Amino acid sequence: MNTKNEDVAQLVERKYRHGFVTDIESDTVPPGLDEDVVRLISRKKAEPQFMLDWRLKAFRHWQGLAEPNWAKLHHPPIDYQDISYYSAPGQKKDGPKSLDEVDPKLLETYEKLGIPLHERAALAGVAVDAVFDSVSVATTFKEKLADAGVIFCPFSEAVRDYPELVERYLGTVVPYRDNYFAALNSAVFSDGSFVYIPEGVRCPMELSTYFRINEAKTGQFERTLIVAEAGSHVSYLEGCTAPMRDENQLHAAVVELVALEDAEIKYSTVQNWYPGDEDGKGGIYNFVTKRGDCRGANSKISWTQVEAGSAITWKYPSCILRGENSVGEFYSVAVTNNLQQADTGTKMIHIGKNTRSVIVSKGISAGRAQQSYRGLVKVFPTAENARNYTQCDSLLMGKDCGAHTFPYMEIRHPSAIVEHEATTSKIADDQLFYCRQRGLTEEDAVNTIVNGFCKEVFRELPMEFAVEAQNLLNVSLEGAVG
Amino acid sequence: MLKIDDLRVSVDGKPILNGLSLAVQPGEVHAIMGPNGSGKSTLAHVLAGRPGYEVTGGSVQYHGQDLLDMEPEERAWAGLFLGFQYPVEIPGVNNVYLLKAALNARRRHRGEEEINAIEFLKLVREKAALMQMDESFLNRGVNEGFSGGEKKRNEIFQMTVLEPELAVLDETDSGLDIDALKIVANGVNSMRDPARSFVLVTHYQRLLDYIEPDYVHVLADGRIVRTGDKGLAEALESGGYDGVLAEAANS
Repeated sequence: MNTKNEDVAQLVERKYRHGFVTDIESDTVPPGLDEDVVRLISRKKAEPQFMLDWRLKAFRHWQGLAEPNWAKLHHPPIDYQDISYYSAPGQKKDGPKSLDEVDPKLLETYEKLGIPLHERAALAGVAVDAVFDSVSVATTFKEKLADAGVIFCPFSEAVRDYPELVERYLGTVVPYRDNYFAALNSAVFSDGSFVYIPEGVRCPMELSTYFRINEAKTGQFERTLIVAEAGSHVSYLEGCTAPMRDENQLHAAVVELVALEDAEIKYSTVQNWYPGDEDGKGGIYNFVTKRGDCRGANSKISWTQVEAGSAITWKYPSCILRGENSVGEFYSVAVTNNLQQADTGTKMIHIGKNTRSVIVSKGISAGRAQQSYRGLVKVFPTAENARNYTQCDSLLMGKDCGAHTFPYMEIRHPSAIVEHEATTSKIADDQLFYCRQRGLTEEDAVNTIVNGFCKEVFRELPMEFAVEAQNLLNVSLEGAVG
Repeated sequence: MLKIDDLRVSVDGKPILNGLSLAVQPGEVHAIMGPNGSGKSTLAHVLAGRPGYEVTGGSVQYHGQDLLDMEPEERAWAGLFLGFQYPVEIPGVNNVYLLKAALNARRRHRGEEEINAIEFLKLVREKAALMQMDESFLNRGVNEGFSGGEKKRNEIFQMTVLEPELAVLDETDSGLDIDALKIVANGVNSMRDPARSFVLVTHYQRLLDYIEPDYVHVLADGRIVRTGDKGLAEALESGGYDGVLAEAANS
């Protein structure tokens, strides 16, 4: 019995293992937001005029907007003047040129997170960009990617080195007018990743960005843009963590994907921002706009997300299926425990003929958490033979949590076939007992059953990350049954 | 190995077992028979530690330990296996994945090394062949979409891999056609060993044509009213429970 108690103690301590703070000098602007701050960010990044103009337009538009309130989420008002909009580690003006110039403390941070940035030690075949607070600190495997013609770099570098590409595609999928948080992001975004895959190129490795919020009282507003030219292919993964802090921190990112003819983009997310403690104190407010545009015929965009962290998640990765025969996919596992809240789902907008979409959403609620699936399937009059299949499954653990489903459908073509299946289940006592009779502990039994529930989504993740996602789920649900 | 003494169990305040006593020695096969509602399945569940049963009196010793004080998984690690009457489906969880996790949990708690993938695969293939199970079963979800007979065969398959010391089989024969019954019996017989004991809970004598018990016990109103050898099961088959119970009441 003794050993068992020790195990439990270890489990409790293990909880959020990314909650440490890196003690590093940083260049952080004081809290507050006005045009001067927007100009300051642009100046710090030595941006071209078009970029500053765009930021200012976005900022002025944002000033006239009100926070959206249609989601099933509750939180105290966010004071946008109490947030610092720019924080960069160290004093270097131009950022590190190579890994040797990166502050060893930063490298240590990423080692602790399990993301070795040294190329030799890096996951075989995965190029990593690391964003620390507001700026990108290191991108690995640059040369190898350059040989294939692939551009994978911090967003701010792309603005400087490839302004014509950025100007051509930025805001074409998520315009700054899109919504409140997208407008805010457009005004103050500080960094993020930029990916460009030339025509006919199959990206030779997985691309990956790790986002880390470190500094207190800062918001993180990264922006990612991925352009896949005709006939190209890329698989991209993002991971996110933050220290444990008592106050809430704001994260408002924008991701835009553009897939041209016959191109394919696979975008996977393992989101593990700090979720707050058992009483709902602290945690990240995660308001994210992600959208992909299947601009060319036969293109495909696939979103896979594992949302385990954040106090609040507001996120609807979507696909605009413009090109004929284009395909959109959304595979999601969202886990909410304790007092976490998530309102997440997707939008599949069918515009082109013979467009197809698949939505598989798995929601797991435990503790006192509330979770909603919110999805829209829209078929335009132009979208002859559009097909959608939606499956929403909810798993409840305990009696104090909630799961809600809000499926919206707007079908404007008689040939469309749209299917929707939804289930809500509880982890049955007899399933738990069956596993325990075979020798699994209660904790392992819960993990096994939950992982089985999520299997259809996990198998869409790149191999290395499927394991990470499973472990993450197990940690997130610790103590959820008993 | 197993010593049940004056066991009393209630479910929702209603007494089900009323002073049941039974001793099982290593290598023995005990059949527990009885009419519906006599408490057979309750006995199986209480031995395995299923929640929802209230033990109101008596004791159960397993290898000298207080079995009733152990968690279900601790009983499994100590070598107790329950073959379920209604095996549960666990969607998405691979059949052999669960089995491997179970086997390794048991090994870890006995201070043994975990089985490696190659050894495990060999073991599983051998046992699947014994149970005449197609290998496609191995990688399906646990009992997901299995027929009633397939589920029962899967239980015995798991037992042959886990090699328990005490197997409690709860109506493993129900819902089996004659061919499946023979396969299941063959699986059980292949496991008979001087160190391993079986408690077979069954409604019909049919199973005992294929698995020869050392003892047959008749359960009625939550206690054992008669104990005999294989001949008792045959008497039950011809005379029915009423006859045997009336005889027990008169003696």
